[in-house]
Amino acid sequence: MQVNENFEPVIVAFCCNWCSYAGADLSGTNRLNYPANVKIIRVPCSCRVNPIFILRAFQRGADGVIICGCHPGDCHYTSGNYFTRRRITLLYSMLDFLGIERNRTRLEWVSAAEGAKFADTMNKFVEDVKKLGKNRRLEDLRCRKQ
Amino acid sequence: MQEAMIKRAKELLADGTVNRVIGWKRGEFVYDSTPAVFGTADEIDAEFVFDDFTQANVSKYLVKESKKDGKILAFLKPCDTYSFNQLVKEHRIIRENVYVIGIPGGPKLDIEKIKAKGITGILNVKNVNYTLEIETLYGTEKLPFYEAISGKCADCKSKKHVVYDELIGEDGDVLDSNRFDMVEKLENMTAQERYDFWRGELSKCIRCNACRNVCPACTCENCVFDNPKSGIENKAAADSFEENMFHIIRAFHVAGRCTDCGECSRVCPQHIPLHLLNRKFIKDINSLYGEYQAGADTTSKSPLTDYRADDCEPSIVHERGVE
Ligand code: SF4
Ligand code: SF4
Ligand code: SF4
Ligand code: FES
Repeated sequence: MQVNENFEPVIVAFCCNWCSYAGADLSGTNRLNYPANVKIIRVPCSCRVNPIFILRAFQRGADGVIICGCHPGDCHYTSGNYFTRRRITLLYSMLDFLGIERNRTRLEWVSAAEGAKFADTMNKFVEDVKKLGKNRRLEDLRCRKQ
Repeated sequence: MQEAMIKRAKELLADGTVNRVIGWKRGEFVYDSTPAVFGTADEIDAEFVFDDFTQANVSKYLVKESKKDGKILAFLKPCDTYSFNQLVKEHRIIRENVYVIGIPGGPKLDIEKIKAKGITGILNVKNVNYTLEIETLYGTEKLPFYEAISGKCADCKSKKHVVYDELIGEDGDVLDSNRFDMVEKLENMTAQERYDFWRGELSKCIRCNACRNVCPACTCENCVFDNPKSGIENKAAADSFEENMFHIIRAFHVAGRCTDCGECSRVCPQHIPLHLLNRKFIKDINSLYGEYQAGADTTSKSPLTDYRADDCEPSIVHERGVE
């Protein structure tokens, strides 16, 4: 595959308010860098992420989508992230089944104290998506019109 | 079979056990049969049919019918009983208002498979010892029965009724079916091949919504696909994204609840193999969270409303490797 060195992927990160959103904040205050092309969308819990949100992100031009939530056992609502885990596993597996590149989707558990993990996760994910190039398989031409 | 069913239906109407019967009546051609509700013995005598073409699952109609006054008699094939049970479990059917008679399942015939053999002007189809004698405008044609059986019956998972008040005929067993073979074949392809396969299939979709309308798991009063703000409520898709969106979300919404009744693929006018999407979810659920058959009972928790602390992580998907 042709790798375009200058390609900067658009990444949508759904971050749980109680953990990874705070983790992102912490990585900011600690001056840890993560790429500016990561667009964070704050959600009240990782299980708020409806599969439609993920598809919509791709439709509107995301090249990769990552969900970040509290570590299993630490969900603010006790069990939300356990449901997230099952749903998202099945959804990502289905996207794979439809031929959507596996590396465009990710889920990571990042706590409020893990600023460094947040930055690392994002850097790594951006690298992975960069290698895949622009999302073409789940794009919507109507959203590409300038 | 039809005679026995009619006889029993009339008895149950006469003794007041039920005040309506849901079964099938003939449409325009002999191979068209459509679900119908009968209120009297005369209506039954005039129109009730049950033959090799009656394969529509009547469970979903019971969502509305079971809320009316009085009991309704429903004839359910083995596969239909799973849908019925699932709907009882989801509190969509009022069990007490339905009298269920279990009837034998298929294999049923698919008229499209007969037509695909180039047979036209079909007037009548008779099954004579598993050879079809097809009477047409242009003479009689013969076809082995098994060359025309419907896709959903070819992959039958169970001949056992999971719920009934009485049975007509013998009950069967849960079968060892090969229903996941094609899913596995696709899994073994490259991502590009899978993408091409699905583009070829999903681009045929005209968004008639028949697959959703027929599905016993799709009983939402307000469906996401009817929401004018969704941008995906239109008919034929304006872009490939819409097709993907519709199919991923439709299959996802029924994951864990889909009994694999086969109705969605059966009604699709474009012959899109929707069952492969449903079965992918079923196969993943079975392998990741333990064997589960929706509708097999009315008490177990569905895999998507349940969890275990040691469930696998979604990373298993990207760990399959990058192509
Ligand atoms: S029945 Fe077939 S053509 Fe109609 S919406 Fe479903 S998949 Fe598309
Ligand atoms: S998705 Fe298809 S196979 Fe599954 S319950 Fe609905 S109609 Fe039946
Ligand atoms: S597609 Fe989803 S929202 Fe629509 S009826 Fe089916 S389950 Fe309900
Ligand atoms: S509150 Fe963070 S995942 Fe539920």
